[in-house]
Amino acid sequence: MITASATKVITGNHAVSYGVLLSRVQVISAYPITPQTQVVELLSEFVASGKMAARFITVESEHSAMAACIGAASVGARTFTATSSQGLALMHEMLHWASGARLPIVMANINRALAPPWSIWTDQTDSLAQRDTGWMQIYVETSQEALDSIILGFKVSERVLLPTMVVLDAFLLSHTAEPVEIYDQGRVDEFLPPFSAPYRLKPGVPQALGGLADPGVYFEFRVKLQEAMEKAREAILEEGKRFAKLFGRFYGLVQEEFMEDAEMVIVTAGAMAGTARAAVRELRNEGRKVGLVRIRVFRPFPFVELRQILGGRKKVAVLDRNLSLGHHGIFYEEVKSALYPMAARPLVVGYVLGLGGRDVRPEDIQAIVDDLEMREEAPEIVWWGVKR
Amino acid sequence: MIEIRIHGRGGQGAVVASKILADAAFREGHSVQTFPQFGVERRGAPVAAFVRIADPDEPLWIRCHVTTPHIVIVLDATLLETAGILEGLRDGGIVLVNSPQPPDALAIPSKYQVATVDASAIALKHKLGTRTQPIVNTAILGAFVKVTRLVRLESVLEAIRENVPVDPEGNVRAAEEAFATVLSSARAAA
Repeated sequence: MITASATKVITGNHAVSYGVLLSRVQVISAYPITPQTQVVELLSEFVASGKMAARFITVESEHSAMAACIGAASVGARTFTATSSQGLALMHEMLHWASGARLPIVMANINRALAPPWSIWTDQTDSLAQRDTGWMQIYVETSQEALDSIILGFKVSERVLLPTMVVLDAFLLSHTAEPVEIYDQGRVDEFLPPFSAPYRLKPGVPQALGGLADPGVYFEFRVKLQEAMEKAREAILEEGKRFAKLFGRFYGLVQEEFMEDAEMVIVTAGAMAGTARAAVRELRNEGRKVGLVRIRVFRPFPFVELRQILGGRKKVAVLDRNLSLGHHGIFYEEVKSALYPMAARPLVVGYVLGLGGRDVRPEDIQAIVDDLEMREEAPEIVWWGVKR
Repeated sequence: MIEIRIHGRGGQGAVVASKILADAAFREGHSVQTFPQFGVERRGAPVAAFVRIADPDEPLWIRCHVTTPHIVIVLDATLLETAGILEGLRDGGIVLVNSPQPPDALAIPSKYQVATVDASAIALKHKLGTRTQPIVNTAILGAFVKVTRLVRLESVLEAIRENVPVDPEGNVRAAEEAFATVLSSARAAA
């Protein structure tokens, strides 16, 4: 057991593993082969060495991994899995099952580009393609935030009875080692006590979950799921404040910086936000009125916050490391949709860049601000860094 | 901020070297970040890893490749014959090569400072790896300390003990020997 807090240089993958260890997860199920990452490798070592009192269930596919998590969570166990790209896609059917059955499972998804052609590099389309499965989605920027978001994920999930997907960029976070504070178990226990499931299957008491819901009742189940998502906004903020009191770090729905008097705003999510921050700081030093908004929580979507933050600005550039084929960048369409009811909307331009792990540099962000400044209207997509 | 790129071949320990170096700098209070060059690693194939070291109060926000390093470390001298090893290295930058030859014998442009250390021989002497596949990553870091003075030897030795699971003391001795025997070109020694 970790009795004293310590800061160590570890990867984003291992930060997730430590978050799971500290959350006292009882059941881990995972498919252990590519596109899997070191997240579950370290967890399997924790379990094998007795450091972690959990069952580790290896399975033949990610679909089965999520099925095993659903079974474990149905009897009230605190449950975790991790995956990436095609593995997440294979889970798709079971993702609906987890949320519909109101099971507070937490999963880490390492963003990897979808095949074909085969790729292991970062691209958010895998997780964003699971947008409508009823999972909360948290896009983290640092390895510390990855560890913290696992603990927070269980806290919020168990409060609103919805599953959480903690999402981190392949390599840029997953394989990058940086200092991460690994907390003492006592403080984490204080924040996250054992889970007591309000509804659960009990061995010996024959019951079933997920019976047939005829048109007389199904609709209301969906409304309740939506209400749970709405409650999650408040829960994320409240638990974020409690977490900050104990651990000194606050995480909300969105993170805004350099926004005072900002006329142009960069909106992005995930690891790219750090690169964008470095670029925006440089532009601020040059006297440019540029701000940065990082969307941390994608579901439930922070439309109220985005209206407050972006209302009254002149121009907004949304940077998407993802693509909805046949439409455009996914954060772009969500941001536009959030701002639509406003009478005075900023010009919102969508940039698609960095697909499949293509390097995105501070110079790219600065050039995008220059590009945005020149634009008077928004094309469907601005491709950035495409070889022609 | 100092940016470092380490080139090696799969199995030589380039990624672990980058981790040990970052850990050592972190022990001295620096901001650090390290990551492999996003490839699929196979034994013998060229691999690279990056390290960024910054002042304690300078947060490392950027998450992109190191393209203009201050220092390049080469774990296998045959890589110097392939393209891209010195690409982007800043003028006056340092090249540290695992080689039995003196720095001036290597075909490296004179605008760079060159240092060499026979890390393969040192690794074998301390029974790290095999004759065909010596594990040179800890030895080269001892040489790195002597040539750059970016971190203290004690910090690197502590980081080796923390990050090397097999025979950490043998690795420590290899780093100490490389520290003592690295050769620098005249410019680098200045």
